[in-house]
Amino acid sequence: MSAIDINVKNAPTSHPIDHLLRADRLPHILCPGCGIGTVVHSYAHAIANSDFPEDQHVCVSGIGCSGRAAGYVNVDSYHATHGRALPFALGIAVHRPELKVTVISGDGDLSSIGGNHLIHAARRNVNMTVICINNFTYGMTGGQVGPTTPIGAKGTTAPKGAVDQPFNLPYLAQATGATFVARWTILHVREFQDAILRCMNKEGFCFIEVLSPCPTGFGRANKIGDGLHEVEIYRERCKIRHGATNLQDIDIDLIDPEKGITVGNFVDIDRPPLVA
Amino acid sequence: MPDSACAMQTREELEPRVLTGSHFMLGDHACAEGALAAGLDFFAGYPITPSTEVAEHLASRLPASGGRFVQMEDELASMAAIIGASAAGARSLTATSGPGFSLMMENIGLAAMLETPCVVANVQRASPSTGIPTMVGQSDILQARWGSHGDYGIIAYCPASPQECFDLTVKAFNAADKYRVPVFVMMDEIVGHMMERVVIPQPQDIPFIGRKKPKTRPGEGQFLSYRPDDDLVPPMAHAGEGYKVHMTGLTHDERGYPAMFPETHDILVNRLVDKIRLNAADIEMHEEFDCDDADTIVVSFGCTARSASAAVRQARAEGLKVGMIRLITVWPFPEGRIRELVAQGDVKRFIVPEINLGQLRREVERLTSLPVLRLNHAGGQMPTPDAILELIRS
Repeated sequence: MSAIDINVKNAPTSHPIDHLLRADRLPHILCPGCGIGTVVHSYAHAIANSDFPEDQHVCVSGIGCSGRAAGYVNVDSYHATHGRALPFALGIAVHRPELKVTVISGDGDLSSIGGNHLIHAARRNVNMTVICINNFTYGMTGGQVGPTTPIGAKGTTAPKGAVDQPFNLPYLAQATGATFVARWTILHVREFQDAILRCMNKEGFCFIEVLSPCPTGFGRANKIGDGLHEVEIYRERCKIRHGATNLQDIDIDLIDPEKGITVGNFVDIDRPPLVA
Repeated sequence: MPDSACAMQTREELEPRVLTGSHFMLGDHACAEGALAAGLDFFAGYPITPSTEVAEHLASRLPASGGRFVQMEDELASMAAIIGASAAGARSLTATSGPGFSLMMENIGLAAMLETPCVVANVQRASPSTGIPTMVGQSDILQARWGSHGDYGIIAYCPASPQECFDLTVKAFNAADKYRVPVFVMMDEIVGHMMERVVIPQPQDIPFIGRKKPKTRPGEGQFLSYRPDDDLVPPMAHAGEGYKVHMTGLTHDERGYPAMFPETHDILVNRLVDKIRLNAADIEMHEEFDCDDADTIVVSFGCTARSASAAVRQARAEGLKVGMIRLITVWPFPEGRIRELVAQGDVKRFIVPEINLGQLRREVERLTSLPVLRLNHAGGQMPTPDAILELIRS
């Protein structure tokens, strides 16, 4: 070991984004290896780096593990009903257009029970950023298959493997009118943070899918291993293709080792946002 | 800003909020005008007969007078949106009818739990299910009280005329803000689609009771967003005011933070019920006539009360000792007054005509062992004065 002088007295006692987290709510409920903490961390960093004061940021979540995100960020934060984060957030965004509204919720919340709200919020181009944490499963209830579970992947409600075609969320968001569409993973922390920041500075409906391990609910049942193993899959298979135009072809297959995962900032267009 | 932003009008161009004067007005429109006069900021709704005229009226009037109107994808979204807007400080409204009211129940529970004030106008039609969309019903009365899962308190008004659609919608906003609850304006198809004289007062004569604000400034110590005052209602901070509130439908402590403890749950849910129950004397409204010496009392509400009051006056003219209680709030129900009349000893029976199969009759039966006669129709038509008179004579 080299002679690094560690002076405990001068060691920092706080982290630069501590004030953006509700420290009095810790410890959190998330499992070891879960990626949601990284998403919350990235959102907090984006707030810290944004040109908008903290009091102008509002976070809304739905229900589920990802739906707990709003409860940990130290801005005005709302934990709505299952699937209804988007219309709840619309009410805030339309009544107070100066607020920067970010919805952080899960793939099941946003695209299954809340699927109708997702396509209509995108169609209307509501001024908000949506961070959709995709862990391919219903984590909070213990690993049931969901609208993003890859065909063949196992869940407690599909013991022989999922048979339904999963949503390709960036393709769905683009098709329904989102002005910004990206897919990242919790491995791509810098790119993900930059994407959130871009959305905060952009008008209209911005959608970021972020892939995130759920070792308890998904990894274990599908022999992926712990959270780190799933992140290794991201590292090995992810290809960054900014501006990819063939979003119909970027389905995710976590199980087949031959299949790549396309990530990047795909769509960035301008379209008049909802003005009620 | 994009071109569409030009649609927003400057303050000088705004239409007046309060259409002071005497009008010949549809009940649904009177509800919308009442909301505007009360300071409506935000409407979200989905078309449904027979409430659509509320939305149609506001689609032009609300943006033109400085508010925001959004037609949502469904009633789930409509209810969620008005709660979000309320959390950001708006006076918010949605309007619907039975099937939509059922869909709203999920988020009505959320509004009760978050204590976000909001108003839902439900123009009742013949139900269950799709029923007869264009014809009258009064069968959502118990749903208004008990429709979402769990225990919580609410307030519901039941207008009997277009004038009351205006007046009670104003009251609904004030009660919602004062008690931080969802408030229902339980109209019915006949009242909603009836045209009558509606007198709208001067703006300064429209009563206004707003929300209690936090006593501390943002950052000045920790603001406990769910610590109630003596009236059991906590002051409310809105999104963007700097208080960094957290609101959750999970059971929460006084900080607003999730707290999965039976004790916390019991305290919270009891307060949600008690803030209405213990303030019922301030909230409850009814109108009564000829009750003092009556041996028969007709209890009625909404359009049915119009037939009932005609029948009671006719019966009095025939020398029958009959009186009437017309509900103005159906929830809270005038429990105290009914118990008092029973205790006085003159009353021998109650009659409850209603366009459902006995929902309010159950409520009266709960309060007395005296006979409670029924006059019910499942929906589609209102009882005639003659039918009620015949029962009074029996």
